[in-house]
Amino acid sequence: MSVVTEVSPDGHKLTIAVKGRFDFGRHQEFRASYEQLDKKPESIVVDLKEATYLDSSALGMLLLLRDHAGGDESDIRVVNSSSDVKKILAISNFDKLFDIS
Amino acid sequence: MQAQEPLTILIAEDSAADRLLLSTIVRRQGHQVLTAANGAEAVETFKEQQPDLVLMDALMPVMDGFEAARQIKALAGEALVPIIFLTSLTESEALARCLEAGGDDFLAKPYNQVILAAKIKAMDRLRRLQATVLQQRDLIARHHDYLLNEQRVAKAVFDKVAHSGCLSAPNIRYLQSPYALFNGDLLLAAYTPAGDMHVMLGDFTGHGLPAAVGAMPLAEVFYGMTAKGYGLTETLREMNAKLKRILPVDMFCCATLLSLSFQSRSVEVWNGGMPDGYLHRMASGERVPLPARHLPLGILSAQAFDDRTDVYPMAVDDRVFLLSDGVIDTCDANDQLFGVERLQQVFAANREPDRLFEDIEQALRDFRGQARDDVSMVEVSLLESAQTHGAAPVYSDSGQSCPLDWSASFEFRGATLRRFNPLPFLLQLLLEVHGLRAQSGALYSVLAELYSNGLEHGVLGLDSSLKRDATGFARYYEMRAARLEALQDGFVRVHLQVQPQGEGGRLTIRVEDSGKGFDVARVMERPVDNVRLSGRGIGLVRQLGRNATWSDQGRSASVEFFWEIEA
Repeated sequence: MSVVTEVSPDGHKLTIAVKGRFDFGRHQEFRASYEQLDKKPESIVVDLKEATYLDSSALGMLLLLRDHAGGDESDIRVVNSSSDVKKILAISNFDKLFDIS
Repeated sequence: MQAQEPLTILIAEDSAADRLLLSTIVRRQGHQVLTAANGAEAVETFKEQQPDLVLMDALMPVMDGFEAARQIKALAGEALVPIIFLTSLTESEALARCLEAGGDDFLAKPYNQVILAAKIKAMDRLRRLQATVLQQRDLIARHHDYLLNEQRVAKAVFDKVAHSGCLSAPNIRYLQSPYALFNGDLLLAAYTPAGDMHVMLGDFTGHGLPAAVGAMPLAEVFYGMTAKGYGLTETLREMNAKLKRILPVDMFCCATLLSLSFQSRSVEVWNGGMPDGYLHRMASGERVPLPARHLPLGILSAQAFDDRTDVYPMAVDDRVFLLSDGVIDTCDANDQLFGVERLQQVFAANREPDRLFEDIEQALRDFRGQARDDVSMVEVSLLESAQTHGAAPVYSDSGQSCPLDWSASFEFRGATLRRFNPLPFLLQLLLEVHGLRAQSGALYSVLAELYSNGLEHGVLGLDSSLKRDATGFARYYEMRAARLEALQDGFVRVHLQVQPQGEGGRLTIRVEDSGKGFDVARVMERPVDNVRLSGRGIGLVRQLGRNATWSDQGRSASVEFFWEIEA
């Protein structure tokens, strides 16, 4: 599994961990990770600790997630990005939409 | 067990008794039987009736089973017609010959009914598998041809859309791998009515047709608004709103837009999500990065969209270099990115500026071993303003309803000045007068100059002498943005008067502003100096228009245009 999902016991927080290349090949898995939940989580953490690469379709997937989670009202943190991944997020100015660390 | 579908089975056997025995067994298993007494007959029967499977005696008169197997296999072509050899041969060499001749299996005499049934069934499975594979292969091939053809047609259309601007201008060099557009890369360039140049390098998310589809409306907005005289910020706002409206949430377009002004020797830049571009100053060799300050187009709502641009002074021959992420995101065999540092090493090692693209391509090949198919690079250099020519606009109306005697006055106030650019509207109005069309470039330049003088020096009270050096230049545009944002009061008035005169006519443009004015006499005394970054506007107005005068302590400017005969 290259997309691993974990929901906190109270159901408020969803953590999505992406491993390896985060590109179009992850599309189905990534969408399924939040669309199949019974209850909408209040906050979402995307953990990129083990993501080696991120391309523009991954950025698109993050936008889909943001849209699903309520757009401007969403609470999404992108954590543990490697320096390469951080660079890609920085070039796209995605720090204006997501809390990136 | 699933009942087997009946097959048509050809039995080639020279012994009549064996033939009868085998036919009976096979028929009892539910299959239809054809028979042949030698190899030649077997080949003939195969040709006529195309059985699904062949039971073939190895040793027969006229033509033996080996030769018959070869011929039947050749006739069957890609379809699998299993041949099971019937043989009393036992030496391994002879059995091997059966398979070499094209046999798929063999059955030793005397026949064991159970084994025969099992072998027929196994061969039938293989036969079906082969048929399915062939069918799917043909289906995929058909789809593939279909897609290739669609792509070819779409590519031809998009190439026209993306290349209908002025990419062939003498100051533009670009390189796009043949299918870069199909990977979502878009390169557009067009002249504004004033002879400035707008350039856009864009990169859609995703690949193939979906990415290229977004290119159409984007190109339309870019060319349409540039030709009408809209500036970068208005064009950007419109592009963003359009993409936001039509694209799905996960699609967007990274883009860098440039507005290169040959006359004021500056470049205005907006970068949303593209890799750093570079302004290469030839005199010092310095490369000023032009980093992404914004989110890509098509993500933010019209309200949240940030259209702020940066303006940099340029000298003649300075270049702006833009590239797509295909360059820096090229990976080597170990998933290492080419990256910005390697790019900068190429910059440092580059001796001939005109060979920069080749040097970068070579570095990518050395790094990766092969070129990616989505690499786009463009370099735009600043020429002397006299060396550029905007393309003459084409008009389609007849001219029968051309207005020749009228005047109009406009007053643009606080909030309007902040956002609205009235120039395209004013130019459209003036170009209803056919006699003025031949001078549309000069007309637009003069209008633009007078309007921005009125706004920036008059209403906003900005001092043009700030623009004397590069730091002051940047400071000037920061202050312009800040004061514009805070603007409440003030006005710029534009009075237009068109009067017939002899065979032609005369246009008088008068622009007034609510500012403090300036010392007209002192400015007029200054020689026309092409090197200074500041104060070129007034010289330009005097060169392009006739009878340019300033009154009311510089708060009111007037200039005239004449035309001789009706176009």
